[in-house]
Amino acid sequence: MKKQKLVLIGNGMAGVRAVEEVLKLDSEGFDVTVFGSEPYPNYNRIQLSKVLQGDTEIADITLNTWEWYEENGILLYPGETVTSIDTVNQTIVTDKERQVSYDKLILATGSVPFMLPLPGADKEGVTAFRNIEDCERMIEASLSYKKAIVIGGGLLGLEAARGLLNLGMEVDVVHNSNTLMDRQLDNTAGKMLQKELEKQGMNFLLEKQSAEIVGESRVEGLRFEDGEVVKTDLVVMAVGIRSNMKLAEESGIPVNRGILVNDHLETEVPNVFAVGECAEHKEMVYGLVAPLYQQGKEMAKRICGETGNGYQGSVLSTQLKVSGVDVFSAGQIIEEEETKSVTLFDDWRGVYKKVLVNDGKITGAVLFGDTKEGTRLLNLINKRAPIEEYMDNKGAEEAGADLIASMPDTEMICGCNGVTKGAIVEAINAQGLTTVDQVKGCTNASRSCGGCKPLVSDLLAHTAGDAFEQNQKESICACTSYSKEEVMEEIKAKGLTYTKEVMNVLGWSSDEGCSKCRPALNYYLGMLNPAEYHDEKESRYVNERLHANIQKNGTYSVVPRMYGGVTNADDLRKIADVADKYKVPLIKVTGGQRIDLFGVKKEDLPNVWSDLDMPSGSAYAKGLRTVKTCVGADYCRFGTKDSMGLGIKLEKKFEGLNTPHKVKMSVSACPRNCAEGSIKDVGITGLDGEFEIYVGGNGGTHLRKANLLAKVKTEEEVLETTAGFLQYYRETADYLDRTSAWVEKMGLDHIKSVLANKKTFIELNHRMDEALSVVQDGWKQALEDKTLLRDLYQNLKVPAGSN
Amino acid sequence: MEKMLNKVFVATITELPENLGRTVYVGEGKLELAIFKLSNGKIRVIENRCPHKGGVLAEGMVSGEHVFCPMHDWKINMSDGNVQAPDIGCVKTFQTEVQNNQVYVLLPEN
Repeated sequence: MKKQKLVLIGNGMAGVRAVEEVLKLDSEGFDVTVFGSEPYPNYNRIQLSKVLQGDTEIADITLNTWEWYEENGILLYPGETVTSIDTVNQTIVTDKERQVSYDKLILATGSVPFMLPLPGADKEGVTAFRNIEDCERMIEASLSYKKAIVIGGGLLGLEAARGLLNLGMEVDVVHNSNTLMDRQLDNTAGKMLQKELEKQGMNFLLEKQSAEIVGESRVEGLRFEDGEVVKTDLVVMAVGIRSNMKLAEESGIPVNRGILVNDHLETEVPNVFAVGECAEHKEMVYGLVAPLYQQGKEMAKRICGETGNGYQGSVLSTQLKVSGVDVFSAGQIIEEEETKSVTLFDDWRGVYKKVLVNDGKITGAVLFGDTKEGTRLLNLINKRAPIEEYMDNKGAEEAGADLIASMPDTEMICGCNGVTKGAIVEAINAQGLTTVDQVKGCTNASRSCGGCKPLVSDLLAHTAGDAFEQNQKESICACTSYSKEEVMEEIKAKGLTYTKEVMNVLGWSSDEGCSKCRPALNYYLGMLNPAEYHDEKESRYVNERLHANIQKNGTYSVVPRMYGGVTNADDLRKIADVADKYKVPLIKVTGGQRIDLFGVKKEDLPNVWSDLDMPSGSAYAKGLRTVKTCVGADYCRFGTKDSMGLGIKLEKKFEGLNTPHKVKMSVSACPRNCAEGSIKDVGITGLDGEFEIYVGGNGGTHLRKANLLAKVKTEEEVLETTAGFLQYYRETADYLDRTSAWVEKMGLDHIKSVLANKKTFIELNHRMDEALSVVQDGWKQALEDKTLLRDLYQNLKVPAGSN
Repeated sequence: MEKMLNKVFVATITELPENLGRTVYVGEGKLELAIFKLSNGKIRVIENRCPHKGGVLAEGMVSGEHVFCPMHDWKINMSDGNVQAPDIGCVKTFQTEVQNNQVYVLLPEN
């Protein structure tokens, strides 16, 4: 059979490895031709720093010798650059005007160093750190000059700096962040690394922005944005790399941040593959060797016509190659709110170890001083192993694979909307989703109760990898990129007064917003300007608009207020009469100590309210619902306080208030806590001589025990502290965040310190009073407004006949 | 086959609130419609039941040509009746005519 012509552009690690994989699968099937711009055989670029550091000769880092190419019948053209590809006729042309045709073409053009576009960057003595030529330039400089600056405190920069030290130069490392290798290390490890490298003689200029390279024809110094100038004879830029995709782009092969490839490393052009640093797979461009090798393997399978699962993305891991310093990191580096960690910090021996755990699974690790466990940890992270597997040293490595990974595709993730793991993974892969919101938009998962959000998030992290981590800024909704904070600032700064104005001025993508942003804007506007704002009925959810709770059959439920859960015979009689008169099919006692009338027709609502002649219980509101109370000191032998009395005071004070989400309160008269204050937004516990105020509790989807906010002496103080707390919640929480989520986000200590400031406390209370001053009873308001009654509660009945 | 249409008066346009739905029962409760006056003054009439779980669309939040079902937030185009992605389905839409401020719905003859 005739051999196929396989051409490789790029004689580097990724490309040559891919060719090796092809030959492994089919040693007879291909005639291989390789083009490389550098005049060397394939060498280990990762070890380049060792050449610079003087530990190694160039020959020592060569991976494939000249002989290897010969033995395998590979035609190598070193120092020859491919300048164009004709993808239609399947030929390439080089800078030596050589034309070669191919059956299969592999692009492995790697990456180019990113050079900061600083004024003076073209001066002599400014170099990147990418190839052997760069190394030679640095070595040469070290012979006649003394002082070097490396811009970039990442992996590459530190390795370059270490090499320059070895060459006898004085080295300053400039970094824009305050932590070295901040993309791979956490703060602790970053600081330990800094200390160690300082010991080795490196000098660090952290949190510095470079502004200009100064000097005549050769570099003489580096000026920073703060005006400071540091003298130097050599500037090495090691701030990052970019995919080298120029050739692909010019040849009409689709690119984004890299050359776009699928799971089999195929570009969008037939018979053209891309692998390595030049390739973009699922929005990720990998610059580390392990992923590149995995890609090569999968690509080889496809080229040789074998089936495979395809490349599925990689967890990133890093090891710093500086002698005397052992650093390893993989996966997630920085803790998020829900992250737990296993940490060992031995300052004496200079060993630091942190293993990050999310939902019991290992998701990342940072090692400093002792990196022996690196490989094992990387494996555990890759399969998202439970933390126990790591803790139990002798434990079987394969036991209990990760929850997400091991779930069958048919497993339900979102019970509300019936979305399976398989459906979500497919959507993530097919449409390149990177945020929970996008998954929600495409699949419905987590659209209802939101209880599965963490699972969806895990699944995203698992499926989409790092692209997911990078995409976490939260906008109000899909209509805008503005966050809540930004919107509130704009409302204040520009004096915006109604939702449509906000949407127009801030350039919403849809003229009238959506069901997510409209109620949120309506809330923010009303909260910021309670006296002036005109509440928009059409931007309220149905329950809040109609002041009743819609049921699945389109009828409504009615809950009259019973302050503190205390009622009397008259009220009960009225409720019974109304139930009879309107043939209410179900009367139920609620969890909030009141009575709910179910099955009321919309057109009957105003009459029901009028007959009840009781205030609305706001059972539909994003606002105060109920204040549940125990019976308290009047009757209970344990009671220390008048819990019912205080509950009623609280309910009367805050009834009708709009808040970001519903607010439930309770008052108990002793620590037995019969009113269940530990799962309320505000739960008061009366003790002998004082009250405890607990906040942020929740007994719903996200069970959360309340935190003790304050201990106070008097009922007056309970009311004021509650007002301060609620007002701060109103002003800073995202719409639809319960206090439980908000307290988690803000941190209890922060909230405490805000309320501890006397002036702030008084101001919060003032603003709360202002908000409360405009509160009206929803039912009464509707009954008094004829237009409202017609617009909201009347149905039309028309005869079917023609007229 | 040609269908005869019945022209039924449903409302006076000035009495319809903007961006809020209204429920219309036609005949003896057999047919239930949701009628909307959009912010651009246009009238839209659709079947008052979400294809998902029968939510009453007249109580939904209106945004431009779309209404969000009050039950589970399905987004429905009121002009063509199509449910928007990721959900799928369709509600019946009805043609309207406005003459002298009077809104008529064109219903197929039974």
